[in-house]
Amino acid sequence: MELTFFIAAAVAVLATIMVVTQYNLIHALLYLVVSFLAISVVFFTLGAPFMAALEIIIYAGAIVVLIIFVIMMLNLTQEDIQHEKEWLKPRIWIGPAVLSMILLVELVYIFTADTPDTYRSTPVEAQAVGMSLFGPYVLGVQLSGMLLMAGIVGAYHLGRQKKKVIHRFLERTEA
Amino acid sequence: MEESTSHYLLIIGGVLFALLNVAAGLIWVERRMLALWQDRYGPNRAGPFGLFIVLADTLKLFFKEDWIPPLADKVVFVIAPAIVLVTVLLGFVVVPFAPGIVVADLNIGILFFLAMSSMGAYSIILGGWASNNKYSLLGAMRGAAQMISYEVFMGLALMGVVLLTGTFNLSTIVEAQRDLWFFIPQILGFVIFFIAGVAETHRLPFDIPESESELVAGFHSEYSGMKFGMFFIGEYLGITLISCMVVTLYFGGWLGPGFLPPLFWFAIKVFAFISLFILLRASLPRPRYDQLMEYGWKILLPLSLVNLLVTAAIVLMQNEP
Repeated sequence: MELTFFIAAAVAVLATIMVVTQYNLIHALLYLVVSFLAISVVFFTLGAPFMAALEIIIYAGAIVVLIIFVIMMLNLTQEDIQHEKEWLKPRIWIGPAVLSMILLVELVYIFTADTPDTYRSTPVEAQAVGMSLFGPYVLGVQLSGMLLMAGIVGAYHLGRQKKKVIHRFLERTEA
Repeated sequence: MEESTSHYLLIIGGVLFALLNVAAGLIWVERRMLALWQDRYGPNRAGPFGLFIVLADTLKLFFKEDWIPPLADKVVFVIAPAIVLVTVLLGFVVVPFAPGIVVADLNIGILFFLAMSSMGAYSIILGGWASNNKYSLLGAMRGAAQMISYEVFMGLALMGVVLLTGTFNLSTIVEAQRDLWFFIPQILGFVIFFIAGVAETHRLPFDIPESESELVAGFHSEYSGMKFGMFFIGEYLGITLISCMVVTLYFGGWLGPGFLPPLFWFAIKVFAFISLFILLRASLPRPRYDQLMEYGWKILLPLSLVNLLVTAAIVLMQNEP
């Protein structure tokens, strides 16, 4: 399991770097999908098969599909790829890169300072996840439910259309 | 039961061999049955009962020119047809064909199936987008919206079975149906799952991403040769996968009277559902795109929620003394 964990983690890191450095948005999103799949394998090796499945179903299967859906409608051309190329200059990416390097150093420090068994844990079954979600964390579930409700109401408001008249000659212009 | 590596390799090889042959055979089955239901003969010249049409069709696909449109995004264009085949074949990993004959008896079997079927949407989206053709793009957009929407009801319909058994493991679910097949207590869930399954495999009447009468051939207009063949075989494998899941979840999987081995019962039931898929194609017209979405979100979603609610209430009442 240890080896699979490290391979999956390496794939995830590489894919995520590719997400940032790709000029073509669709290619970047494809790498994002690969990254999610790798993270899902990481979850699996850490003993959380339920989370692994949800990671694929929700992130890779639904959210990224929706993002691709939007990008498809934007009609990207070679010109946009050129723009992306111009935007990806060291002056722009050096700041976040340095900050995340600090985080990486911290992470490596934590791993080396602690016992090497930190990433090994007992498997968590779906039932256990459900019990804790609807037991001690029920407030969080309810709050996210409210948030989603607000989202649905907002989407309905934005997507609502005025009643259409059957023919344009029957349309009354309101003065 | 032996749990060695060679045992599993044998199962994997057997399943793969059987599935690819079934998918190829379905070419003939579908044409013959469609023809019979429409008062025609169908392909009946080459070989016994016209069976060699499978051979002719496959050879034709192999030797066709494999053309990539110059304006297409080449890498994505090539990857897209592979995705459909890979995801559908991976979906079969969790299907229990008979006691002991299952590639991986995962504890999250149902979720794995849902995950793979949702990954299948990428083949349509990427194929349609990479073709750089307006009909393909329209087909891809319809396909993406349709598959994302119907996945929701598919998952919700399945949860009724999960509530009754308390597990995502497919073998346990089959064993739990020894007394009563789940399509009786879960008739609503079964109907919703089947309709969502038709939409997921984008078969007629829900073949709106392809709809050859308005979009040429939808998302795979630009594909030829074996790349088209991948979509073609992927579709037949998708039908087989949905039929396998329906049989496993609602019709008792391998269970049946003892005079036939379990594997035969499973195959017979799956074949019955594949025929139902083909009969649907022969008998139903295609709805309009907005009708499809409205039908899904305004009818199937509330129905599947009600199904879930009632099932949960009944399970709760039975557990209370």
